[in-house]
Amino acid sequence: MTTPATTDDRRRIDWLLTIAVVAVAATFIRAIFFTPAEARQGLAQKIFYVHAPSAFIGLYVAFGIVAIAGALYLWLRDERLDRVAASAAEVGVIYMTVVLITGPMWGKPIWGTWWTWDARLTLTLFLWFVFLGYLILRGAIEDHDTRARYSAVLGVLGALLVPFIHLSVYLFRTLHPMPIVLKPGHPSLPNSMLATFAMSFVSFTLLFVALLRARYRLAERVDALVAEEELEPSPMPNLRAEPIR
Amino acid sequence: MSNRTPVPPGTFAAAVLIARKDLAIEFRTRSAFLAAIVFSLLAIVIFFFAWDATAVSAVDLAPGVLWVIFTFSGLLGLHRSFGVEEADRAIDALLASPVDREAVFLGKALANLFFVLGVQALAIPAVAIFYNLPLGRVLAPLVGIAVLAAIGLVSIGTLFSAMAANTRLAELLLPVLALPFFVPIILPAAQSTARLLSGRPIAEAMSWLRILIAFDIVFLVACALAFPFTLED
Repeated sequence: MTTPATTDDRRRIDWLLTIAVVAVAATFIRAIFFTPAEARQGLAQKIFYVHAPSAFIGLYVAFGIVAIAGALYLWLRDERLDRVAASAAEVGVIYMTVVLITGPMWGKPIWGTWWTWDARLTLTLFLWFVFLGYLILRGAIEDHDTRARYSAVLGVLGALLVPFIHLSVYLFRTLHPMPIVLKPGHPSLPNSMLATFAMSFVSFTLLFVALLRARYRLAERVDALVAEEELEPSPMPNLRAEPIR
Repeated sequence: MSNRTPVPPGTFAAAVLIARKDLAIEFRTRSAFLAAIVFSLLAIVIFFFAWDATAVSAVDLAPGVLWVIFTFSGLLGLHRSFGVEEADRAIDALLASPVDREAVFLGKALANLFFVLGVQALAIPAVAIFYNLPLGRVLAPLVGIAVLAAIGLVSIGTLFSAMAANTRLAELLLPVLALPFFVPIILPAAQSTARLLSGRPIAEAMSWLRILIAFDIVFLVACALAFPFTLED
């Protein structure tokens, strides 16, 4: 912020992000102070208001965007699609990390174990790995088009992988029953909890959209900078000429 | 791509040619295959001492050992698949030749399949000897599982090897990308191997094998279709 030369765009407050952060903070306050504790699980159940919306957004929304934007990129070759996919992957990995951190925190007091190789947990873990691989892949490629194509391919294949991981870990679990693990199931929530849950859902989605937009704008700026650099004549001749025929 | 030669080979003929080229390179240098074999033997030994053999019976241990070895020795061969093409930009000549991109993928995958099957052909007897497994009666279905799993490993591995070879991380990236995709291969393969070795009928492993077969079909097609996108236009 010390360089006054940059455009005033940088100084402008991201209102969407501000609203989203306030909404998430309000959700926390409501969940902690104004929502009754669950009878059997006690305070631990309050993790639900962070865990469930993060899981939905990280697993379905972010992963879906990466896969669909990837497939569309391979078809249309529009670099905006690549930026959307990259942004969704980066924000999605944060949401999934939140899921994987809050999950064991909730599991330990309620299930009595940090981790169980339940189908959904395993699927989440492996999709997290795919996402991390996606980001590492992007970081390892400099060429703009190559990076976009490779990550699009990985995003599409990742979507194909989901049913297979789900099937195989589900079969693994059912053939090897775990020791008695108390599953919370899906109890019908009382109204006050349902309201908090709906609020958490909306605020986490809003935060996702705001972060996605902010990350997209950053990608746009980086791309613009790279394009500017590429306009300057290269001091080296192009060494990778056409192959001699 | 211009067709200078009068009769360019068909997709499968071209694939076989490319596979023969890769296998010839491998046969003359033997570097990756030997490394994979030695790695497998070392892994067998290390796994044996990593578990308490008096607490875990060899029959319970062996399926896991086999499939961990196949996964990692497969990776050893796979990342060389496109690594060899990087030297002198041999890949450019390959792409300039009048063959389909799909043929390049199939040829590379075929050579990798032979590589993985070769490692398996030596590692399975080695595990049988060291872990004292009654292999005779389960050999045929075990070979079937090994071939099915190898097809899946090689489809994914060939595609990601092509991608990894073009990145700054090169061979470091391949396991990071490929291993999550190997889960629906290793899990069914190890589970059905375990059923076989503990004397259960193959029918009990059918639901696992169905996943494996479906995976092979879906990912062989998907990777062959995705492969042209990984090459520079």
